Amino acid sequence: MSNNQTVSIMIAGVGGQGTLLASRVLGNAAMKKDFDVKMSEVHGMAQRGGSVVTYVRFGKEVASPVIDRGQADVLLSFEQLEAARYLPFVRHGGLLITNTQKINPMTVVSGAVKYPADILDKLAQVPVRLETLDALSLAREAGNEKAVNIVLIGRFAKCCDLFTPEELLESVKVTVPAKLLDINLKAFEYGYRA
Amino acid sequence: MDKKQIMLGNEAVARGLYEAGCSFVSSYPGTPSTEITENAAAYEEIYAEWASNEKVALECALGASLAGARSFCGMKHVGLNVAADPLFISSYIGINGGIVIAVADDPGMHSSQNEQDSRHYAIAAKIPMLEPADSSECLSYTKLAYELSEQFETPVLLRLSTRVSHSQSIVSLSERSEVPMKEYVKDPARYVMMPGNARVRHTVVEKRLQAIEQYADTSAVNRVEMHDTSIGIITAGIAYCYAKEAFGNHASYLKLGMVYPLPSKLIQSFAKKVDRVIVIEELDDIIETACKKLGIQTDGKNLLSLCSEYSADLLKEKLLGQSPVFTPYDGSVPNRPPVMCPGCPHRGLFYTLKKMKLTVCGDIGCYTLGAVPPLGAIDSTFCMGASVTTLHGFTKVRPENANKTVAVIGDSTFMHSGITGLVNITYNKGISTVLILDNSITGMTGHQHNPCTGFTLKGEAVTGILPEKICEAAGVDPDHIRITDPNNVKKLEAILKEELAYPAPSVIIVRRPCALLKYVKKDKLCIINKDACRNCKSCMAIGCPAISMSADGKPEVNSTLCTGCELCARMCRCNAIETKAK
Repeated sequence: MSNNQTVSIMIAGVGGQGTLLASRVLGNAAMKKDFDVKMSEVHGMAQRGGSVVTYVRFGKEVASPVIDRGQADVLLSFEQLEAARYLPFVRHGGLLITNTQKINPMTVVSGAVKYPADILDKLAQVPVRLETLDALSLAREAGNEKAVNIVLIGRFAKCCDLFTPEELLESVKVTVPAKLLDINLKAFEYGYRA
Repeated sequence: MDKKQIMLGNEAVARGLYEAGCSFVSSYPGTPSTEITENAAAYEEIYAEWASNEKVALECALGASLAGARSFCGMKHVGLNVAADPLFISSYIGINGGIVIAVADDPGMHSSQNEQDSRHYAIAAKIPMLEPADSSECLSYTKLAYELSEQFETPVLLRLSTRVSHSQSIVSLSERSEVPMKEYVKDPARYVMMPGNARVRHTVVEKRLQAIEQYADTSAVNRVEMHDTSIGIITAGIAYCYAKEAFGNHASYLKLGMVYPLPSKLIQSFAKKVDRVIVIEELDDIIETACKKLGIQTDGKNLLSLCSEYSADLLKEKLLGQSPVFTPYDGSVPNRPPVMCPGCPHRGLFYTLKKMKLTVCGDIGCYTLGAVPPLGAIDSTFCMGASVTTLHGFTKVRPENANKTVAVIGDSTFMHSGITGLVNITYNKGISTVLILDNSITGMTGHQHNPCTGFTLKGEAVTGILPEKICEAAGVDPDHIRITDPNNVKKLEAILKEELAYPAPSVIIVRRPCALLKYVKKDKLCIINKDACRNCKSCMAIGCPAISMSADGKPEVNSTLCTGCELCARMCRCNAIETKAK
């Protein structure tokens, strides 16, 4: 990035997956580098198992906390369907990291529609840089399936040039609750190596 | 101290309260305002409480101000409707200790039943209103609001919106200024609002507004940024952020920090410096109307909507004719609407209400989700407390429907404004059946305590109020105040039948704690025995996110999501669902 550009990272998932914590890790890392930071998040009704999205933007001076279509440099998706839903927000050539986990929305649970089987194939054909990983299994291996968020941060650390892995790891340390630190450090490592 | 930190807008308001020496906070939770009071409560120096509703909260804050303390009350936009009565009077009384009232609007209705522009209240009650655009301004404007409150002897409104309340940005922290309590002096001419006194106070209010408008014309709270002068944008709050994102330095800005009263002279001088004025404001055309009144030609709502929230994208499209370049996803993406959580105690209830084909007057809370498929049991949802009262009106004019119509209201909502409705039913010989959904917490806004839960906002143990005792005191026959577990659907249905047949007021307390509460055990797991399963699909009818159809055409339970509540096992007609330890 050049000095005057604002970096836009979007985090998408399902209410309850821990997207807020992931955005805080990124926000804290950006602030540590003396960037201006703005983030936006979702509380309330949508959090009840609905589709949730948080935005992290940083740069010399950030105007809006919201990311618009075609603007995200990175989309960190916690779930396949959400990667498809928010694809239009990724800029051409942007980075899309998605967890391969599938969480059925109520429309699928009730049998009204089918969960699309070909999401990853379709995402591979669009002009973005696609990275996929099974973050749920890695989080379980790390000791807690709720650590999906930090597994994804670990993977992000490997394929982004905005932060060094050490900078992100440091931010994980100051952001996650102390009693879950060990699990999260493992989760970061598993994601980074994936 | 000069410490920088990333803070949520609401958290920054709380920090502003702390630094300004505020010592009394009383609020009722409501998205997107809740975190202000939660964060304020974390400061030892601030007394903070959850009030039973917004009118109560504001009156308590007014009492603390009267006694001389800097006080605060926060709420969501519809909360201000509830608190409107004391709001209007607070304007006449003025203040003793400074008082700030935060109101968080929800353009786009992320978590609300309507869109409402709270600036109308500032105008109607003649109270100055500040509107921050980011967390840093949330902090500084909160402190400024106390200065203005005491300088002009007026309450000050702080208008937030979802995107300001729930966005995070960097703030610089300062130390707290301890502000000594003001002396309390008996002054009935000022504090007793009866006609003779109020007439005098009204003239004071009008003079005060003129003085504040003069302040607005010269204060740095309203800021002019001159760049390209072909376009001059007048804006405030989050709309300023969107405008900056869309126009950058290709426009000049008048960024209003005080949205009422508006600075007439400043607006006129700004308009003269630019070729074309565009007013960018979410929801209603308040600044634009003020400009037109001053004879300034503007664009605004002729190009932009009165509905929903704006974005930089939208401004570029509507005002600059630029369409975004993006990659669409080539395929259908099923919607993911919010749903009741796995293990939610409301599920068994709404399943039963739907099965019995009852008309259900709903209320505000997580249980509003009882209106969506596959449960789809709720007929109406208006506002806080309205389930009880709409039921009464409905059954009065359709008495033949009384045995198939109920109200559902949560424990916190019942304490907020359900009690008065129940009193009205018993007093006026109603024949309604009211269901109180007691899940032992205020759920939707993120687990706040309420008078029923046994704890205060500060975490002190108190004696929780039992809704059944209130119902009895309100005149409901104790034999017709029933208490049952919603997961025991057979018993629930039997009780419903009995109470619906009873031709006088009755209450059913449907009691089971929210599955998200930490003390609720989730150590069991339901498993479908595929050999025993005859695919009756009864378990699918409850709309549990943990159960879905597997590839073999039979339902299966997601072991991660399942909380072991066993509602599905009670539904199953094949006895195919077993539980085991997680």
